Amino acid sequence: MATSLTPPGPAAMAAPAARRRRRRNEPDEGGRTNWVGTALLILCSLTVLIPLYFTVAMALKSAQQTASGTGFAWPWPMHFDNFAAAWSLTNFPRAFTISLLITVFTVAGLIFLSSAAAWAIARNWERPLFRWSYFYLLAAMFIPFPVIALPQIKFTSILHLSNPAGVTILHILFGLSFNVLLYSAFLRSIPYELEESARLDGATTWQTFWKLIFPLLAPMNATVGIFAFLQAWNDFMMPSLVTANPQLQTLPVIQNIFQSQFSSNFNVAFASYLMAMAPTVVAYLFAQRWVMTGVTRGAIKG
Amino acid sequence: MATTAATRAQRAKTQAQPEVTFPRKRIESAYLIMLLPVVLLFTLFITVPALVGLFYSFTNYQGYGNWKFIGLTNYRALFSDPRILSSYGFTLWFSLVTVIVVNVVALALAIGLNAKIKLKTTLRGVFFIPMVISGIVIAYVFNFLFSTSLPALATTLGITPLENSILTDSRFAWMAIVVVAAWQAVPGAVIIYLAGLLAIPSDVYEAAAIDGAGAWRQFRSITFPLVAGYVVINTILGIKGFLNVYDVIVGLTNGGPGTSTFSVAMTIFTGFTSGDYAYQMANAVIFFLVTVLISLLQLQLIRRRGVSL
Repeated sequence: MATSLTPPGPAAMAAPAARRRRRRNEPDEGGRTNWVGTALLILCSLTVLIPLYFTVAMALKSAQQTASGTGFAWPWPMHFDNFAAAWSLTNFPRAFTISLLITVFTVAGLIFLSSAAAWAIARNWERPLFRWSYFYLLAAMFIPFPVIALPQIKFTSILHLSNPAGVTILHILFGLSFNVLLYSAFLRSIPYELEESARLDGATTWQTFWKLIFPLLAPMNATVGIFAFLQAWNDFMMPSLVTANPQLQTLPVIQNIFQSQFSSNFNVAFASYLMAMAPTVVAYLFAQRWVMTGVTRGAIKG
Repeated sequence: MATTAATRAQRAKTQAQPEVTFPRKRIESAYLIMLLPVVLLFTLFITVPALVGLFYSFTNYQGYGNWKFIGLTNYRALFSDPRILSSYGFTLWFSLVTVIVVNVVALALAIGLNAKIKLKTTLRGVFFIPMVISGIVIAYVFNFLFSTSLPALATTLGITPLENSILTDSRFAWMAIVVVAAWQAVPGAVIIYLAGLLAIPSDVYEAAAIDGAGAWRQFRSITFPLVAGYVVINTILGIKGFLNVYDVIVGLTNGGPGTSTFSVAMTIFTGFTSGDYAYQMANAVIFFLVTVLISLLQLQLIRRRGVSL
């Protein structure tokens, strides 16, 4: 994070170097297997798996089955009607759609706006306007949402943005600093000669960006996209404070109805929690390798 | 602006440096279109509210109606308000404990996941699941575990101290919050540590093994010094996040019992409804200063250690 304050630096070099080393490490997979380590890690993985198992088990129980015992026992027979109840109580399709819209627009907005801004800054670094814009955007990394939440939410309500659109705008603006930084680091590893030859062939600035730079940024787009997706989809603080109408709340925020009105029926609540978790967990399990590379790239650059 | 650009362009032409990488003409409008709207939106939604908030912190504004300047009265009142002081105490303590727990657990897990183990891909896959789950939802799940399942289990097993929910005990409620916050934050830290461990060439360990260094000795003399930089990164990123703790608390204790787990963020948000908008805005300004101070201290730490990020 600190490197980035001095833009032209060697940070971009780190990634290829790490990759090279990893390749060198690969052959010694043939050595002795660490069975104790494997056993310990399997044991530790229970800390992740037990809460998830518990959620599934609770979601499949009837109220009577929950009344006796700790909730850990697997229910027999299983009750799938909890899901139907949760579906209609939370109005799942609506909450899901709102979460999805916020997430899609946040991801797209962050990828396009930060990559274009980072490129414009990188190519005009010698101009004070661009250089100072960079530091200006970066300074916001020191401003967490709670610090400006009060005036900001008053402001969004004045602009009639106390709704998912306002949440999207704020997600984009709060993500901007870090992502401009990530893109700036990555842009340094793209040789300028490529752009020069595109220019000689008569490409305009926009064409150079869209046809040449943006595709070259693909790995970083993936990283930024994954972070933006997780942040926008899972966030509770911002939508719960910004969106005024409870009917327009996101999937994680809508779960709070089980804390008050329907607190007697835990099983329906857990069915609902499971439905709220499932989309990201399933998406992650399918795209695991891709997500891991993307997140690691962000971690190294950051 | 225009004149400097023009003179620069001339200079570039006359000097005719061989490695001038791009033509220094006037700023192309395309670049301005890429940058300026972003900067403008940013100013409108972040800078302006920040300044407006700062302004109101010197008034007695309630969030509605009339107001007048009252100077530093809000700030003076903050320092003698037990509710505010306890929220800072809790938040700082929580951040410190959680960042230590997360780093210890994550480093251990990363070393394990980097070793020659079976089921490596599966295990990695499992350990990273918490990263993709919403904090509020998992906090609700843990809420039930702590308040109902754990006491029931303790009663069956005859462990008397755990028969009551730890969430309703002001001495232990914070620990539950640490557990859930750490549960969520560990994967992110593991990823950073794994990147660090991969960068250590294996011949170093081979040399150490030939010299007769055991596992603990290798960790102390090779692994730890070489990942020290990553400890710093994880500490900075961790504390930055933990200071703003909100979701997990709302899901577990909602600040209770009493106000024992009220974080600073939660206290600031009370300014929406309680009519002390200006007062909480002053609190937000102080919180900002505390955050910056902690960040600067950490940057200082990096410089002194000579860690290159």
